[in-house]
Amino acid sequence: MSVLVYTESEDGKFKKGALEAASYAKGIAEAMSTSLTAITFNAQDTSELGTYGVDKVLSVSNDKLKNFNAEAYADAIKQAAEKEASKVVVLDQSANGKYIAPLVAFNLEAGYASNVVALPESTSPFQVKRTAFTNKAFNFTEITTDVKVIGLSKNAFGLKESESAATVEAFEPQLSAEDFTVNVDSVDKAKDKVTIADAEIVVSGGRGLKGPENWGMIEEMADILGAATACSKPVSDMGWRPHSEHVGQTGKPVASNLYIAVGISGAIQHLAGINAAKTKVVINNDPEAPFFKAADYGVVGDAFEVVPKLNEKLKEFKAKNA
Amino acid sequence: MKILVCISHVPDTTSKINFTDGDSKFDTNGVQFVINPNDEFGLTRAMWFKEKQGATVDIINVGGPETEPTLRKALAIGADTAIRINTAPKDGFQVAKELAKVASEGNYDLIICGRESIDYNGGMVPGILAGMLKANFINTCIGLEIEGDKATAIREIDGGKETLTASLPLVIGGQKGLVEESDLKIPNMRGIMQARKKPLNVVEPTGAEAATNAVKFEKPAPKGEVKLVDPENLDQLIDLLHNEAKVI
Repeated sequence: MSVLVYTESEDGKFKKGALEAASYAKGIAEAMSTSLTAITFNAQDTSELGTYGVDKVLSVSNDKLKNFNAEAYADAIKQAAEKEASKVVVLDQSANGKYIAPLVAFNLEAGYASNVVALPESTSPFQVKRTAFTNKAFNFTEITTDVKVIGLSKNAFGLKESESAATVEAFEPQLSAEDFTVNVDSVDKAKDKVTIADAEIVVSGGRGLKGPENWGMIEEMADILGAATACSKPVSDMGWRPHSEHVGQTGKPVASNLYIAVGISGAIQHLAGINAAKTKVVINNDPEAPFFKAADYGVVGDAFEVVPKLNEKLKEFKAKNA
Repeated sequence: MKILVCISHVPDTTSKINFTDGDSKFDTNGVQFVINPNDEFGLTRAMWFKEKQGATVDIINVGGPETEPTLRKALAIGADTAIRINTAPKDGFQVAKELAKVASEGNYDLIICGRESIDYNGGMVPGILAGMLKANFINTCIGLEIEGDKATAIREIDGGKETLTASLPLVIGGQKGLVEESDLKIPNMRGIMQARKKPLNVVEPTGAEAATNAVKFEKPAPKGEVKLVDPENLDQLIDLLHNEAKVI
């Protein structure tokens, strides 16, 4: 028996979500008095995984898997789980993690709980806490199958170091032509830009900014803070900003440490999508805006005056605390 | 081309979420139900395939009779036939198993699901269904074209998007971007009248079992009072973020 974690890498390096998933999976392994195995695809240096509690690494090196391929990855994860007799498989909730988790669940005839935010309440019966109703509630779910698949919410568990010396084993899954029937033709990804999914800080603008020409100060704040930029639904619907920046119930979820909302009133659908952010700041000239009820810190004021001033002060702060 | 659109019947996005029976059940009292938004983008894209490429569009839901108004609305938007699998499912695994039987019997070329329902947010039905049908699967799909038996899809990834090709049959997990918000159709009177006469077939379930069990629910702890900072004293905000919240 063991716990298996899929540790996602990009250009050979582990993403923070992967290390969080490993930290979390170690917690489950300890609760079940067993060891933690990680599966990696074309990762360069797997020693980092030991720091987060991984006991054994199944390292897949395969040119055919250079591009992410959901079917092939899910098949490999299934084979790894069988080899390790894993009773629990943990994935993080990146776009790729969410893509393969249900395929892994199908492959292993396992129950799948997504958006899990804490270690199991108990491992027998196996019960986990997850978000539901787009962060408007929590749901305690019991997984009743022999094998369990867990999708860990971003930034819910954090990184936990627990030194293990991970042994590394080359792993060659048996892949067939059937694993490669969906093919990636091209990838369009902004390099050197922080993504909403991975950002520690997200700076977001709403209709209060009056037009796309006024986003310079939002981008400037994001630059200063090393943050991702986002927007409310009306802003993306009006085409001021791309859909990929829309956060909220039907857009992307935000689970960053800090979320700064500028000129966003705080409709219930927007708040649902950003509720998992740890600290929320709102800047709005309307003191009655619902966002003030959901925020930790608020500034009642004109964004066009407050934001440029705040940017100057943040620059000074960053210069001092660099 | 035969298209099946899977429709989840969910509380309106503005609904207040409450629970009953010792926090074990969602309280539907006073709640307005709608087509799951992620499914509605897919349904509208299916209408485009119907109008431009002569596709037939069936819709399906796994649920009790209370979901029929939602199915009628989808018929009023333009779907041809509705199917309701008559059981109250416990989880996405059970939904996928029930769907798989009807879907495989119907020999659909394209099955459109939403990436997740906005109530339980399971995010598993399209992937598990694709696995059961041995069909190709593309998740978080924000663009879809079909030519012959080839699909070209755009998938949202973290920080960008990618273009994929796959042959039919295909299952997608769709979302906004498949069509624009402004393309969503509000049923007109003619559509509503026609929908009354369109077939809504009730199918008995296979008795598939769930793999998970929602034991209880909990609402988030109430939020503390917001700390207001004077716009003339933004140093205080930076101080709070640095020393109190420790996020910068």
